[in-house]
Amino acid sequence: MIVFDRATVVYPDQTVAVDQLSLTVPAGQVTVFVGPSGCGKTTSLRMINKMIVPTSGRVLIDGVDVAKQDAASLRRGIGYVIQQAGLFPLRSVVDNVATVPLLLGVGRRRARADSMALLERVGLDPSLARRYPNQLSGGQQQRVGVARALAADPPILLMDEPFSAVDPIVRQQLQDDLLRLQADLGKTIVFVTHDIDEALRIGDQVAVMRTGGHLAQLASPADLLSDPADEFVAEFVGRDRGYRALGFVSGEVVTRPETTITLGSSGEAARRVAHGADWLLVLDADRRPVGWVRPDRLGAKVNASDLNRSGTLAHDGAPLRALLDAALSSPSGRGVVVDAAGALLGTVNAGDVVAVIERERSA
Amino acid sequence: MIGWFLDNAPRVWSLTLTHAWLSGVPLVIGLAIALPLGWMAHRLPRLRLTIIALAGALYTVPSLVLFILLPLILGTQILDPINVVVAMTLYTVALLVRTVSDGLAAVPDEVRLAAVAMGFGRWRRLVGVELPLAVPVISAGLRVAAVSNVSIVSVAALIGVVQLGSLLTEGFQLLYLPPILVGTIACILLALIFDLVIVVLTRLATPWLRRAA
Repeated sequence: MIVFDRATVVYPDQTVAVDQLSLTVPAGQVTVFVGPSGCGKTTSLRMINKMIVPTSGRVLIDGVDVAKQDAASLRRGIGYVIQQAGLFPLRSVVDNVATVPLLLGVGRRRARADSMALLERVGLDPSLARRYPNQLSGGQQQRVGVARALAADPPILLMDEPFSAVDPIVRQQLQDDLLRLQADLGKTIVFVTHDIDEALRIGDQVAVMRTGGHLAQLASPADLLSDPADEFVAEFVGRDRGYRALGFVSGEVVTRPETTITLGSSGEAARRVAHGADWLLVLDADRRPVGWVRPDRLGAKVNASDLNRSGTLAHDGAPLRALLDAALSSPSGRGVVVDAAGALLGTVNAGDVVAVIERERSA
Repeated sequence: MIGWFLDNAPRVWSLTLTHAWLSGVPLVIGLAIALPLGWMAHRLPRLRLTIIALAGALYTVPSLVLFILLPLILGTQILDPINVVVAMTLYTVALLVRTVSDGLAAVPDEVRLAAVAMGFGRWRRLVGVELPLAVPVISAGLRVAAVSNVSIVSVAALIGVVQLGSLLTEGFQLLYLPPILVGTIACILLALIFDLVIVVLTRLATPWLRRAA
């Protein structure tokens, strides 16, 4: 557990970077510091590993004041991932990962073996291990950065805008992988970002900070969307709050059975089962939905080129946002729900989902 | 010229060795001195300008003046080759201080930051991360210093320190071309060899740049 106790940072030119920050970072959870540039989020992060010492107030890790600890040994016990990864260009990927274990005196052979295992764990091909960082893509470098931070198995992981320099698709993969990793590892993670969507996605709790180093609100993502503390937070969290809040609500939605046809069947068979319906759901051989077709426009066979693929899929038990989106994006208005293997369970329409939303709200 | 060279080959060879020694040894000592000085200039921005200005001023002192003044300062004989070694070392330091400081400044911020955040002490960070990354820049400065040394050492012939420069002074005194040409070519070859050695050593010291292609 990390505790900020009225931690304040004033620069020599009297600029206040962080003003009386008091908050608790619970062990084993992800706490995100988010805010516009100049809000002191990175400064706050760096107080945890003593890269910045508070002008007044304290930062405590498990009850011990950080300021009283030796900086180098403190830092070796705290993983750190920075923007641009900050890998050492002169060391191979595997030796980059082994950096802290080697500093701690672990033998080279063991440190390398452990690092190879970690590389796989963060989703990197072991064949990249002998390469140098400048031979990797930005996303790969960032994964190496995460592996390097985890190498000494520190209980705390600090991440300073780790994914902001990669493109949106890679960023989302990295976020997913981090969440999966965290589900296994249960580290105490402090994550800094200026991207509120990333904060809401990654965080168990989110600390919204405003310029001048003030904590504007500390809340769970759902509470931040449904109950912003003031105008600044509401503004910063952004539009579509009601819809986005559904991303954090689950509810029991009963699916309806759906008439289907298998890809490659004859057009005649499709028209027969459709019974005049406008849209017919098409499955592959493993009963996984692949798209919708209009039976009256089919030729001799149900071909892949006939498919309308606009509908998103919702997994069983997904947040209401995913279910509602599945219904709204489907050409038939019926959202497709699948099981963990991706096989069809049934469909829901928007009215079904809204009814559940209403029920959850009055509950 | 070739006839003259063949007649005098052993002497030319021994002059070349002396020349290599007089210009090469200061290169190594100069680098050893420039590393801590350059590091100080890099670490202390206020001192940086002073150190670099002093180094620049030092380099503008004519070599002949230095060769004549040094025995007075050091208490050595005027013909002692030590004077040349010290003078060339000063020139090397003057050139390399700035280079070392620039090389350290060229280390990417995020790399330095990552090293700090992972618990590298100042010394380990310098030796393990910053200096290796500064090698390409320092090497470029070293190549300039090497060529410059080979050229300046020949001036020492004027005060009687014998090396390849002596072939030039002899040629001028006798108004005889072959020793001048042989001396000049030997100097050029020597400078090229120094350059080659530095390039090869740099490549060996920076494997990550080779494989980056």
